[in-house]
Amino acid sequence: MTTQRDTQAFLSTLDVASDQLIGPWLDEAGAKDAAARRSMEIEAKEIAGALRSALDGGADPASFQGPAWASFRQVLEALSRSRAARGQTAGDTSLFILALKKPVFDSLQNELASDTPALMGAIWAATTLIDRIAQHTVSTFQQAREDIIRRQQEELLELSTPVIKLWDGVLAVPMIGVLDSNRTQIVMETLLQQIADSESELAIIDITGVPTVDTLVAQHLLKTVSAIRLMGADCIISGIRPQIAQTIVHLGIDLQGITTKATLADALSLALQKTGWRVQRAE
Amino acid sequence: MDAETSGALPLGSEQNIVASRQLVRTLCQQLKFSLVDQTKMVTAASELSRNTLVHGGGGQMRWEFLERAGKRGLQLHFEDEGPGIPDMKLALTDGWTSGGGMGLGLPGSKRLVNDFDVQSEPGKGTRVSITRWK
Amino acid sequence: MERIPILRMGSVLLVTIQVDMQDQTAMALQEDLAEKIAKTGADGVLIDISALEIVDSFVGRMLASISGIARILSATTVVVGMQPAVAITLVELGLSLEGVRTALNVERGVRLLERSRRELDFGR
Repeated sequence: MTTQRDTQAFLSTLDVASDQLIGPWLDEAGAKDAAARRSMEIEAKEIAGALRSALDGGADPASFQGPAWASFRQVLEALSRSRAARGQTAGDTSLFILALKKPVFDSLQNELASDTPALMGAIWAATTLIDRIAQHTVSTFQQAREDIIRRQQEELLELSTPVIKLWDGVLAVPMIGVLDSNRTQIVMETLLQQIADSESELAIIDITGVPTVDTLVAQHLLKTVSAIRLMGADCIISGIRPQIAQTIVHLGIDLQGITTKATLADALSLALQKTGWRVQRAE
Repeated sequence: MDAETSGALPLGSEQNIVASRQLVRTLCQQLKFSLVDQTKMVTAASELSRNTLVHGGGGQMRWEFLERAGKRGLQLHFEDEGPGIPDMKLALTDGWTSGGGMGLGLPGSKRLVNDFDVQSEPGKGTRVSITRWK
Repeated sequence: MERIPILRMGSVLLVTIQVDMQDQTAMALQEDLAEKIAKTGADGVLIDISALEIVDSFVGRMLASISGIARILSATTVVVGMQPAVAITLVELGLSLEGVRTALNVERGVRLLERSRRELDFGR
Protein backbone atom coordinates (compact mmCIF):
# COMPACT_ATOMS: atom_id res chain seq x y z
CA MET A 1 0.00 0.00 0.00
CA THR A 2 1.85 3.05 -1.26
CA THR A 3 1.05 6.29 0.48
CA GLN A 4 1.65 9.82 -0.60
CA ARG A 5 4.30 10.11 2.08
CA ASP A 6 6.14 7.07 0.80
CA THR A 7 6.12 8.50 -2.70
CA GLN A 8 7.32 11.84 -1.37
CA ALA A 9 10.21 10.17 0.40
CA PHE A 10 11.15 8.33 -2.77
CA LEU A 11 10.85 11.54 -4.70
CA SER A 12 13.12 13.44 -2.38
CA THR A 13 15.86 10.86 -2.73
CA LEU A 14 15.76 11.52 -6.45
CA ASP A 15 15.84 15.25 -5.80
CA VAL A 16 18.65 15.20 -3.29
CA ALA A 17 21.79 15.75 -5.32
CA SER A 18 21.05 13.50 -8.24
CA ASP A 19 24.77 13.23 -8.85
CA GLN A 20 25.03 11.50 -5.53
CA LEU A 21 22.51 8.97 -6.80
CA ILE A 22 23.88 8.51 -10.30
CA GLY A 23 27.41 7.64 -9.21
CA PRO A 24 26.43 4.78 -6.89
CA TRP A 25 23.86 3.62 -9.44
CA LEU A 26 26.51 3.27 -12.12
CA ASP A 27 28.82 1.51 -9.67
CA GLU A 28 26.08 -0.94 -8.80
CA ALA A 29 25.27 -1.51 -12.46
CA GLY A 30 28.90 -2.32 -13.15
CA ALA A 31 29.97 -0.71 -16.40
CA LYS A 32 32.62 -2.67 -18.30
CA ASP A 33 34.83 0.27 -19.20
CA ALA A 34 34.98 4.04 -19.26
CA ALA A 35 33.08 4.34 -22.56
CA ALA A 36 30.32 2.01 -21.37
CA ARG A 37 30.08 3.96 -18.12
CA ARG A 38 29.77 7.23 -20.00
CA SER A 39 26.89 6.00 -22.13
CA MET A 40 25.24 4.46 -19.06
CA GLU A 41 25.58 7.79 -17.32
CA ILE A 42 23.63 9.51 -20.05
CA GLU A 43 20.90 6.88 -19.86
CA ALA A 44 20.80 7.07 -16.05
CA LYS A 45 20.46 10.84 -16.01
CA GLU A 46 17.68 10.72 -18.56
CA ILE A 47 15.78 8.09 -16.64
CA ALA A 48 16.25 9.83 -13.28
CA GLY A 49 15.09 13.11 -14.81
CA ALA A 50 12.01 11.63 -16.43
CA LEU A 51 11.15 9.66 -13.28
CA ARG A 52 11.40 12.79 -11.21
CA SER A 53 9.11 14.73 -13.59
CA ALA A 54 6.56 11.99 -13.56
CA LEU A 55 6.47 11.78 -9.76
CA ASP A 56 6.51 15.58 -9.53
CA GLY A 57 3.49 15.65 -11.81
CA GLY A 58 1.62 13.52 -9.33
CA ALA A 59 1.94 10.18 -11.08
CA ASP A 60 0.82 7.32 -8.86
CA PRO A 61 3.46 4.57 -8.60
CA ALA A 62 0.67 2.03 -8.18
CA SER A 63 -0.74 2.62 -11.65
CA PHE A 64 2.28 2.46 -13.89
CA GLN A 65 0.29 1.85 -17.06
CA GLY A 66 -1.67 5.07 -16.56
CA PRO A 67 -1.43 8.15 -18.78
CA ALA A 68 0.57 10.11 -16.18
CA TRP A 69 3.47 7.76 -16.78
CA ALA A 70 3.24 7.94 -20.57
CA SER A 71 6.24 10.14 -21.24
CA PHE A 72 8.37 8.22 -18.75
CA ARG A 73 7.37 4.97 -20.45
CA GLN A 74 8.51 6.47 -23.74
CA VAL A 75 11.95 7.21 -22.26
CA LEU A 76 12.16 3.57 -21.14
CA GLU A 77 11.06 2.36 -24.57
CA ALA A 78 13.78 4.46 -26.20
CA LEU A 79 16.29 2.91 -23.81
CA SER A 80 15.13 -0.61 -24.67
CA ARG A 81 15.22 0.11 -28.39
CA SER A 82 18.71 1.54 -28.32
CA ARG A 83 20.03 -1.34 -26.25
CA ALA A 84 18.29 -3.87 -28.49
CA ALA A 85 19.90 -2.19 -31.47
CA ARG A 86 23.29 -2.49 -29.75
CA GLY A 87 22.76 -6.21 -29.39
CA GLN A 88 22.42 -6.27 -25.62
CA THR A 89 20.06 -8.62 -23.82
CA ALA A 90 16.82 -7.96 -22.00
CA GLY A 91 18.57 -9.21 -18.89
CA ASP A 92 21.30 -6.55 -19.11
CA THR A 93 18.73 -3.81 -19.43
CA SER A 94 16.66 -5.12 -16.55
CA LEU A 95 19.75 -5.44 -14.32
CA PHE A 96 20.64 -1.85 -15.13
CA ILE A 97 17.27 -0.65 -13.88
CA LEU A 98 17.31 -2.87 -10.81
CA ALA A 99 20.75 -1.55 -9.86
CA LEU A 100 18.98 1.68 -8.93
CA LYS A 101 17.56 0.01 -5.83
CA LYS A 102 20.69 -0.03 -3.72
CA PRO A 103 21.54 3.68 -3.98
CA VAL A 104 17.86 4.54 -3.40
CA PHE A 105 17.65 2.31 -0.31
CA ASP A 106 20.91 3.79 1.04
CA SER A 107 19.61 7.30 0.51
CA LEU A 108 16.25 6.51 2.10
CA GLN A 109 18.03 4.96 5.06
CA ASN A 110 20.04 8.15 5.59
CA GLU A 111 16.92 10.30 5.43
CA LEU A 112 14.53 8.21 7.46
CA ALA A 113 16.87 6.41 9.85
CA SER A 114 14.87 7.54 12.85
CA ASP A 115 11.46 6.64 11.49
CA THR A 116 11.32 2.91 10.87
CA PRO A 117 7.68 2.63 9.65
CA ALA A 118 8.24 5.50 7.22
CA LEU A 119 11.48 3.89 6.06
CA MET A 120 9.71 0.55 5.47
CA GLY A 121 6.91 2.27 3.56
CA ALA A 122 9.30 4.24 1.42
CA ILE A 123 11.46 1.20 0.64
CA TRP A 124 8.39 -0.80 -0.33
CA ALA A 125 7.20 2.02 -2.61
CA ALA A 126 10.61 2.32 -4.22
CA THR A 127 11.12 -1.38 -4.74
CA THR A 128 7.71 -2.03 -6.30
CA LEU A 129 8.06 0.91 -8.63
CA ILE A 130 11.57 -0.03 -9.72
CA ASP A 131 10.40 -3.62 -10.31
CA ARG A 132 7.61 -2.36 -12.55
CA ILE A 133 10.00 -0.19 -14.45
CA ALA A 134 12.34 -3.14 -14.99
CA GLN A 135 9.41 -5.31 -16.16
CA HIS A 136 8.36 -2.65 -18.61
CA THR A 137 11.80 -2.40 -20.12
CA VAL A 138 11.93 -6.17 -20.57
CA SER A 139 8.60 -6.40 -22.40
CA THR A 140 9.31 -3.43 -24.63
CA PHE A 141 12.79 -4.84 -25.21
CA GLN A 142 11.27 -8.01 -26.69
CA GLN A 143 9.07 -5.95 -28.93
CA ALA A 144 11.94 -3.69 -29.96
CA ARG A 145 14.06 -6.70 -30.89
CA GLU A 146 11.23 -8.25 -32.87
CA ASP A 147 10.72 -4.96 -34.70
CA ILE A 148 14.39 -4.76 -35.60
CA ILE A 149 14.47 -8.35 -36.83
CA ARG A 150 11.35 -7.85 -38.84
CA ARG A 151 12.73 -4.69 -40.43
CA GLN A 152 15.94 -6.49 -41.33
CA GLN A 153 13.94 -9.33 -42.83
CA GLU A 154 11.93 -6.91 -44.91
CA GLU A 155 15.04 -5.20 -46.18
CA LEU A 156 16.50 -8.57 -47.03
CA LEU A 157 13.32 -9.53 -48.82
CA GLU A 158 13.35 -6.35 -50.84
CA LEU A 159 16.93 -7.02 -51.83
CA SER A 160 16.25 -10.61 -52.74
CA THR A 161 13.19 -9.84 -54.82
CA PRO A 162 14.09 -6.77 -56.85
CA VAL A 163 11.71 -5.33 -59.39
CA ILE A 164 13.62 -4.88 -62.60
CA LYS A 165 12.76 -2.74 -65.57
CA LEU A 166 13.33 -5.00 -68.56
CA TRP A 167 12.12 -2.59 -71.17
CA ASP A 168 9.95 0.48 -71.58
CA GLY A 169 6.72 -0.53 -69.96
CA VAL A 170 7.88 -4.02 -68.99
CA LEU A 171 8.84 -4.91 -65.43
CA ALA A 172 10.13 -8.24 -64.17
CA VAL A 173 10.28 -9.79 -60.71
CA PRO A 174 12.46 -12.86 -60.28
CA MET A 175 11.10 -14.74 -57.29
CA ILE A 176 13.70 -16.87 -55.61
CA GLY A 177 13.31 -19.31 -52.76
CA VAL A 178 10.37 -20.38 -50.72
CA LEU A 179 7.34 -18.13 -51.01
CA ASP A 180 5.43 -17.47 -47.83
CA SER A 181 2.50 -15.20 -47.28
CA ASN A 182 4.57 -12.40 -45.76
CA ARG A 183 7.08 -12.42 -48.57
CA THR A 184 4.50 -12.57 -51.34
CA GLN A 185 2.66 -9.70 -49.67
CA ILE A 186 5.75 -7.50 -49.74
CA VAL A 187 6.59 -8.44 -53.33
CA MET A 188 3.02 -7.69 -54.38
CA GLU A 189 3.07 -4.27 -52.76
CA THR A 190 6.47 -3.36 -54.20
CA LEU A 191 5.57 -4.59 -57.67
CA LEU A 192 2.26 -2.75 -57.76
CA GLN A 193 3.86 0.47 -56.59
CA GLN A 194 6.52 0.16 -59.27
CA ILE A 195 3.86 -0.47 -61.91
CA ALA A 196 2.11 2.70 -60.82
CA ASP A 197 5.29 4.77 -60.64
CA SER A 198 6.77 3.62 -63.95
CA GLU A 199 3.38 3.26 -65.64
CA SER A 200 4.45 -0.11 -66.98
CA GLU A 201 1.75 -2.13 -68.66
CA LEU A 202 3.34 -5.52 -68.27
CA ALA A 203 4.83 -7.32 -65.33
CA ILE A 204 6.63 -10.64 -65.69
CA ILE A 205 6.74 -12.73 -62.54
CA ASP A 206 9.43 -15.34 -62.95
CA ILE A 207 9.24 -18.34 -60.66
CA THR A 208 12.23 -20.30 -61.99
CA GLY A 209 13.81 -20.05 -58.55
CA VAL A 210 10.75 -21.23 -56.66
CA PRO A 211 11.08 -24.89 -55.62
CA THR A 212 7.41 -25.72 -55.07
CA VAL A 213 4.05 -24.18 -55.60
CA ASP A 214 1.20 -25.18 -53.33
CA THR A 215 -2.37 -23.96 -53.15
CA LEU A 216 -1.49 -21.14 -50.78
CA VAL A 217 1.35 -19.84 -52.93
CA ALA A 218 -0.84 -20.10 -56.01
CA GLN A 219 -3.54 -18.12 -54.21
CA HIS A 220 -1.09 -15.35 -53.40
CA LEU A 221 0.16 -15.23 -56.97
CA LEU A 222 -3.39 -15.12 -58.30
CA LYS A 223 -4.24 -12.26 -55.93
CA THR A 224 -1.21 -10.36 -57.19
CA VAL A 225 -2.27 -10.87 -60.78
CA SER A 226 -5.84 -9.74 -59.99
CA ALA A 227 -4.54 -6.57 -58.41
CA ILE A 228 -2.26 -5.89 -61.38
CA ARG A 229 -5.20 -6.27 -63.75
CA LEU A 230 -7.42 -4.06 -61.62
CA MET A 231 -4.85 -1.33 -61.98
CA GLY A 232 -4.96 -1.63 -65.74
CA ALA A 233 -1.77 -3.56 -66.39
CA ASP A 234 -1.24 -7.23 -67.18
CA CYS A 235 0.96 -10.03 -66.07
CA ILE A 236 2.88 -13.01 -67.45
CA ILE A 237 4.12 -15.78 -65.22
CA SER A 238 7.29 -17.37 -66.47
CA GLY A 239 9.76 -20.00 -65.36
CA ILE A 240 7.18 -22.68 -64.84
CA ARG A 241 9.10 -25.91 -64.66
CA PRO A 242 7.40 -29.14 -65.76
CA GLN A 243 7.07 -30.35 -62.16
CA ILE A 244 5.30 -27.15 -61.16
CA ALA A 245 3.02 -27.39 -64.18
CA GLN A 246 2.07 -30.89 -63.03
CA THR A 247 1.47 -29.72 -59.47
CA ILE A 248 -0.78 -26.93 -60.72
CA VAL A 249 -2.90 -29.37 -62.69
CA HIS A 250 -2.93 -31.91 -59.85
CA LEU A 251 -4.11 -29.33 -57.32
CA GLY A 252 -6.76 -28.16 -59.73
CA ILE A 253 -5.55 -24.58 -59.56
CA ASP A 254 -7.37 -22.38 -62.04
CA LEU A 255 -4.93 -19.92 -63.55
CA GLN A 256 -7.83 -17.75 -64.73
CA GLY A 257 -6.48 -17.01 -68.15
CA ILE A 258 -3.10 -15.78 -66.99
CA THR A 259 -0.52 -16.17 -69.70
CA THR A 260 2.27 -18.47 -68.70
CA LYS A 261 5.62 -19.09 -70.36
CA ALA A 262 8.29 -21.66 -69.63
CA THR A 263 11.17 -19.20 -69.75
CA LEU A 264 11.78 -15.56 -68.99
CA ALA A 265 13.06 -15.17 -72.54
CA ASP A 266 9.75 -16.33 -73.98
CA ALA A 267 7.92 -14.04 -71.62
CA LEU A 268 10.03 -11.06 -72.68
CA SER A 269 9.43 -11.85 -76.32
CA LEU A 270 5.69 -11.94 -75.75
CA ALA A 271 5.79 -8.80 -73.63
CA LEU A 272 7.57 -6.86 -76.35
CA GLN A 273 5.04 -8.06 -78.86
CA LYS A 274 2.13 -7.06 -76.67
CA THR A 275 3.53 -3.60 -76.08
CA GLY A 276 3.99 -3.06 -79.80
CA TRP A 277 7.70 -3.72 -80.25
CA ARG A 278 9.28 -5.74 -83.00
CA VAL A 279 12.85 -6.97 -82.74
CA GLN A 280 14.91 -7.17 -85.92
CA ARG A 281 18.41 -8.37 -86.41
CA ALA A 282 20.74 -5.62 -87.59
CA GLU A 283 22.68 -6.76 -90.63
CA MET B 1 -1.81 16.51 -21.90
CA ASP B 2 -2.69 12.91 -22.53
CA ALA B 3 -3.80 11.76 -25.97
CA GLU B 4 -7.19 10.13 -26.23
CA THR B 5 -7.17 6.38 -26.52
CA SER B 6 -10.84 5.76 -27.19
CA GLY B 7 -13.95 7.44 -28.46
CA ALA B 8 -17.20 7.05 -30.34
CA LEU B 9 -18.86 8.37 -33.46
CA PRO B 10 -22.58 8.27 -34.25
CA LEU B 11 -23.64 6.49 -37.43
CA GLY B 12 -26.94 8.05 -38.31
CA SER B 13 -26.41 9.54 -41.73
CA GLU B 14 -24.36 9.22 -44.88
CA GLN B 15 -22.14 12.07 -43.78
CA ASN B 16 -21.35 9.98 -40.71
CA ILE B 17 -20.06 7.18 -42.94
CA VAL B 18 -17.67 9.66 -44.58
CA ALA B 19 -16.71 10.95 -41.13
CA SER B 20 -16.01 7.42 -39.92
CA ARG B 21 -13.64 6.86 -42.85
CA GLN B 22 -11.79 10.06 -42.08
CA LEU B 23 -11.60 9.32 -38.37
CA VAL B 24 -10.32 5.78 -38.88
CA ARG B 25 -7.75 7.13 -41.35
CA THR B 26 -6.49 9.60 -38.72
CA LEU B 27 -6.37 6.91 -36.04
CA CYS B 28 -4.41 4.57 -38.34
CA GLN B 29 -1.96 7.35 -39.07
CA GLN B 30 -1.47 7.93 -35.36
CA LEU B 31 -0.49 4.28 -34.99
CA LYS B 32 1.75 4.62 -38.04
CA PHE B 33 0.13 1.79 -40.00
CA SER B 34 1.52 1.20 -43.49
CA LEU B 35 -0.44 2.72 -46.36
CA VAL B 36 -1.85 -0.64 -47.40
CA ASP B 37 -2.91 -1.50 -43.85
CA GLN B 38 -4.52 1.94 -43.48
CA THR B 39 -6.44 1.46 -46.71
CA LYS B 40 -7.66 -1.96 -45.64
CA MET B 41 -8.82 -0.73 -42.23
CA VAL B 42 -10.55 2.37 -43.55
CA THR B 43 -12.28 0.34 -46.26
CA ALA B 44 -13.48 -2.22 -43.70
CA ALA B 45 -14.77 0.62 -41.53
CA SER B 46 -16.63 2.06 -44.50
CA GLU B 47 -18.32 -1.27 -45.21
CA LEU B 48 -19.33 -1.86 -41.60
CA SER B 49 -20.45 1.73 -40.99
CA ARG B 50 -22.73 1.45 -43.98
CA ASN B 51 -24.15 -1.85 -42.70
CA THR B 52 -24.90 -0.25 -39.35
CA LEU B 53 -26.71 2.61 -41.04
CA VAL B 54 -28.50 0.75 -43.80
CA HIS B 55 -29.29 -2.60 -42.17
CA GLY B 56 -29.12 -1.71 -38.50
CA GLY B 57 -31.20 1.44 -38.64
CA GLY B 58 -28.33 3.56 -37.40
CA GLY B 59 -26.01 3.17 -34.43
CA GLN B 60 -22.47 4.08 -33.52
CA MET B 61 -18.84 3.26 -34.07
CA ARG B 62 -16.68 2.99 -30.95
CA TRP B 63 -12.93 2.97 -31.28
CA GLU B 64 -10.03 2.27 -28.96
CA PHE B 65 -6.29 1.88 -29.09
CA LEU B 66 -5.12 -1.47 -27.77
CA GLU B 67 -1.79 -2.58 -26.43
CA ARG B 68 -0.95 -6.25 -26.03
CA ALA B 69 2.50 -7.72 -25.46
CA GLY B 70 4.11 -4.51 -26.62
CA LYS B 71 2.11 -4.45 -29.85
CA ARG B 72 -0.29 -1.61 -30.56
CA GLY B 73 -3.57 -1.99 -32.37
CA LEU B 74 -6.79 -0.26 -33.32
CA GLN B 75 -10.11 -1.83 -32.42
CA LEU B 76 -13.43 -0.69 -33.84
CA HIS B 77 -16.91 -1.71 -32.73
CA PHE B 78 -19.90 -1.15 -35.00
CA GLU B 79 -23.05 -1.32 -32.91
CA ASP B 80 -26.72 -1.00 -33.62
CA GLU B 81 -30.01 -1.98 -32.05
CA GLY B 82 -31.55 -3.05 -35.28
CA PRO B 83 -33.18 -6.28 -36.37
CA GLY B 84 -30.03 -8.38 -35.97
CA ILE B 85 -28.67 -11.00 -38.36
CA PRO B 86 -31.14 -13.85 -38.85
CA ASP B 87 -28.75 -16.34 -40.40
CA MET B 88 -25.17 -15.89 -39.18
CA LYS B 89 -23.80 -18.74 -41.25
CA LEU B 90 -25.24 -17.26 -44.41
CA ALA B 91 -23.97 -13.80 -43.49
CA LEU B 92 -20.46 -15.16 -43.20
CA THR B 93 -20.65 -16.91 -46.58
CA ASP B 94 -18.76 -15.25 -49.35
CA GLY B 95 -21.56 -13.91 -51.49
CA TRP B 96 -20.15 -11.53 -53.99
CA THR B 97 -18.60 -14.10 -56.21
CA SER B 98 -21.12 -16.89 -55.79
CA GLY B 99 -24.23 -14.77 -55.75
CA GLY B 100 -25.15 -16.18 -52.33
CA GLY B 101 -24.42 -14.71 -48.92
CA MET B 102 -26.35 -11.78 -47.59
CA GLY B 103 -24.63 -8.87 -49.21
CA LEU B 104 -23.36 -7.57 -45.89
CA GLY B 105 -19.80 -7.90 -47.06
CA LEU B 106 -18.79 -9.52 -43.78
CA PRO B 107 -16.42 -12.16 -45.19
CA GLY B 108 -14.72 -9.50 -47.31
CA SER B 109 -14.28 -7.14 -44.38
CA LYS B 110 -13.01 -10.04 -42.31
CA ARG B 111 -10.17 -10.54 -44.76
CA LEU B 112 -9.12 -6.93 -44.39
CA VAL B 113 -8.45 -7.10 -40.66
CA ASN B 114 -6.55 -9.26 -38.17
CA ASP B 115 -9.33 -9.98 -35.66
CA PHE B 116 -13.03 -10.10 -36.49
CA ASP B 117 -16.01 -10.82 -34.26
CA VAL B 118 -19.77 -10.60 -34.81
CA GLN B 119 -22.35 -10.65 -32.05
CA SER B 120 -25.91 -10.58 -33.25
CA GLU B 121 -29.32 -11.97 -32.46
CA PRO B 122 -32.62 -11.33 -34.21
CA GLY B 123 -34.32 -8.52 -32.33
CA LYS B 124 -31.30 -7.75 -30.21
CA GLY B 125 -29.14 -5.70 -32.53
CA THR B 126 -25.68 -6.32 -33.88
CA ARG B 127 -22.11 -5.60 -32.90
CA VAL B 128 -19.21 -6.17 -35.27
CA SER B 129 -15.74 -5.76 -33.80
CA ILE B 130 -12.60 -5.56 -35.87
CA THR B 131 -8.97 -5.12 -34.90
CA ARG B 132 -5.83 -4.34 -36.85
CA TRP B 133 -2.44 -4.69 -35.21
CA LYS B 134 0.69 -2.83 -36.13
CA MET C 1 -25.10 18.03 -52.16
CA GLU C 2 -22.14 18.44 -54.49
CA ARG C 3 -22.28 16.79 -57.88
CA ILE C 4 -19.14 15.52 -59.58
CA PRO C 5 -18.57 17.49 -62.80
CA ILE C 6 -18.53 15.64 -66.12
CA LEU C 7 -16.32 17.06 -68.86
CA ARG C 8 -16.66 16.38 -72.52
CA MET C 9 -13.64 15.66 -74.74
CA GLY C 10 -14.98 15.02 -78.21
CA SER C 11 -16.98 11.83 -78.03
CA VAL C 12 -15.58 10.92 -74.64
CA LEU C 13 -16.96 11.95 -71.26
CA LEU C 14 -14.30 12.51 -68.59
CA VAL C 15 -14.95 12.30 -64.88
CA THR C 16 -12.30 12.98 -62.24
CA ILE C 17 -13.31 11.86 -58.75
CA GLN C 18 -11.30 13.83 -56.24
CA VAL C 19 -13.42 13.81 -53.14
CA ASP C 20 -14.31 11.23 -50.56
CA MET C 21 -17.84 10.77 -51.90
CA GLN C 22 -20.98 10.28 -49.89
CA ASP C 23 -23.11 7.42 -51.15
CA GLN C 24 -25.65 9.93 -52.55
CA THR C 25 -22.93 11.67 -54.56
CA ALA C 26 -21.91 8.37 -56.14
CA MET C 27 -25.52 7.59 -57.06
CA ALA C 28 -25.96 11.07 -58.51
CA LEU C 29 -22.83 10.59 -60.61
CA GLN C 30 -24.25 7.38 -62.00
CA GLU C 31 -27.49 9.12 -62.98
CA ASP C 32 -25.75 12.16 -64.41
CA LEU C 33 -23.44 10.00 -66.52
CA ALA C 34 -26.28 7.89 -67.89
CA GLU C 35 -28.17 11.01 -68.83
CA LYS C 36 -25.17 12.67 -70.42
CA ILE C 37 -24.15 9.59 -72.45
CA ALA C 38 -27.64 9.43 -73.88
CA LYS C 39 -27.83 13.16 -74.50
CA THR C 40 -24.42 13.58 -76.14
CA GLY C 41 -24.21 10.21 -77.84
CA ALA C 42 -20.79 9.74 -76.29
CA ASP C 43 -19.08 6.44 -77.12
CA GLY C 44 -16.53 6.54 -74.33
CA VAL C 45 -16.45 7.25 -70.60
CA LEU C 46 -13.20 7.81 -68.73
CA ILE C 47 -13.33 7.77 -64.94
CA ASP C 48 -10.16 8.98 -63.26
CA ILE C 49 -9.86 7.57 -59.74
CA SER C 50 -6.17 8.38 -59.24
CA ALA C 51 -7.07 10.64 -56.32
CA LEU C 52 -9.27 8.07 -54.60
CA GLU C 53 -7.55 6.54 -51.60
CA ILE C 54 -10.53 4.41 -50.70
CA VAL C 55 -12.75 2.41 -53.01
CA ASP C 56 -15.23 0.37 -51.01
CA SER C 57 -17.92 -2.01 -52.25
CA PHE C 58 -20.40 0.83 -52.79
CA VAL C 59 -18.09 2.77 -55.07
CA GLY C 60 -16.97 -0.47 -56.69
CA ARG C 61 -20.54 -1.42 -57.51
CA MET C 62 -21.17 2.09 -58.81
CA LEU C 63 -18.24 1.75 -61.21
CA ALA C 64 -19.53 -1.63 -62.38
CA SER C 65 -23.04 -0.21 -62.82
CA ILE C 66 -21.81 2.76 -64.82
CA SER C 67 -19.85 0.39 -67.00
CA GLY C 68 -22.92 -1.75 -67.61
CA ILE C 69 -25.24 1.17 -68.25
CA ALA C 70 -22.75 2.75 -70.63
CA ARG C 71 -22.41 -0.49 -72.54
CA ILE C 72 -26.15 -0.67 -73.05
CA LEU C 73 -25.97 2.88 -74.37
CA SER C 74 -23.17 1.79 -76.73
CA ALA C 75 -20.36 3.45 -74.85
CA THR C 76 -17.19 1.91 -73.42
CA THR C 77 -16.06 2.77 -69.92
CA VAL C 78 -12.46 2.80 -68.72
CA VAL C 79 -11.50 3.41 -65.11
CA VAL C 80 -7.99 4.82 -64.78
CA GLY C 81 -5.39 5.47 -62.14
CA MET C 82 -6.33 2.96 -59.48
CA GLN C 83 -3.86 3.26 -56.59
CA PRO C 84 -1.92 0.10 -55.64
CA ALA C 85 -3.28 0.02 -52.07
CA VAL C 86 -6.80 0.30 -53.46
CA ALA C 87 -6.21 -2.56 -55.90
CA ILE C 88 -4.84 -4.79 -53.14
CA THR C 89 -7.80 -3.99 -50.89
CA LEU C 90 -10.39 -4.63 -53.61
CA VAL C 91 -8.86 -8.02 -54.35
CA GLU C 92 -8.92 -8.89 -50.65
CA LEU C 93 -12.54 -7.73 -50.41
CA GLY C 94 -13.36 -10.09 -53.25
CA LEU C 95 -14.66 -7.41 -55.59
CA SER C 96 -13.63 -8.39 -59.08
CA LEU C 97 -15.21 -5.41 -60.86
CA GLU C 98 -16.17 -7.79 -63.64
CA GLY C 99 -16.82 -6.02 -66.89
CA VAL C 100 -14.98 -2.84 -65.91
CA ARG C 101 -12.01 -2.00 -68.09
CA THR C 102 -9.07 -0.32 -66.47
CA ALA C 103 -5.95 1.53 -67.56
CA LEU C 104 -2.95 2.94 -65.75
CA ASN C 105 -3.59 6.57 -66.62
CA VAL C 106 -5.76 8.92 -68.69
CA GLU C 107 -3.49 8.70 -71.73
CA ARG C 108 -3.61 4.91 -71.84
CA GLY C 109 -7.33 5.06 -71.13
CA VAL C 110 -7.91 7.26 -74.14
CA ARG C 111 -5.82 4.89 -76.28
CA LEU C 112 -7.89 1.98 -75.05
CA LEU C 113 -11.08 3.80 -75.97
CA GLU C 114 -9.75 4.57 -79.45
CA ARG C 115 -8.81 0.92 -79.93
CA SER C 116 -12.21 -0.30 -78.90
CA ARG C 117 -13.89 2.27 -81.10
CA ARG C 118 -11.86 0.98 -84.05
CA GLU C 119 -12.77 -2.57 -83.26
CA LEU C 120 -16.42 -1.58 -83.10
CA ASP C 121 -16.55 -3.33 -79.78
CA PHE C 122 -20.08 -3.34 -78.39
CA GLY C 123 -19.14 -4.96 -75.14
CA ARG C 124 -17.51 -8.28 -74.42
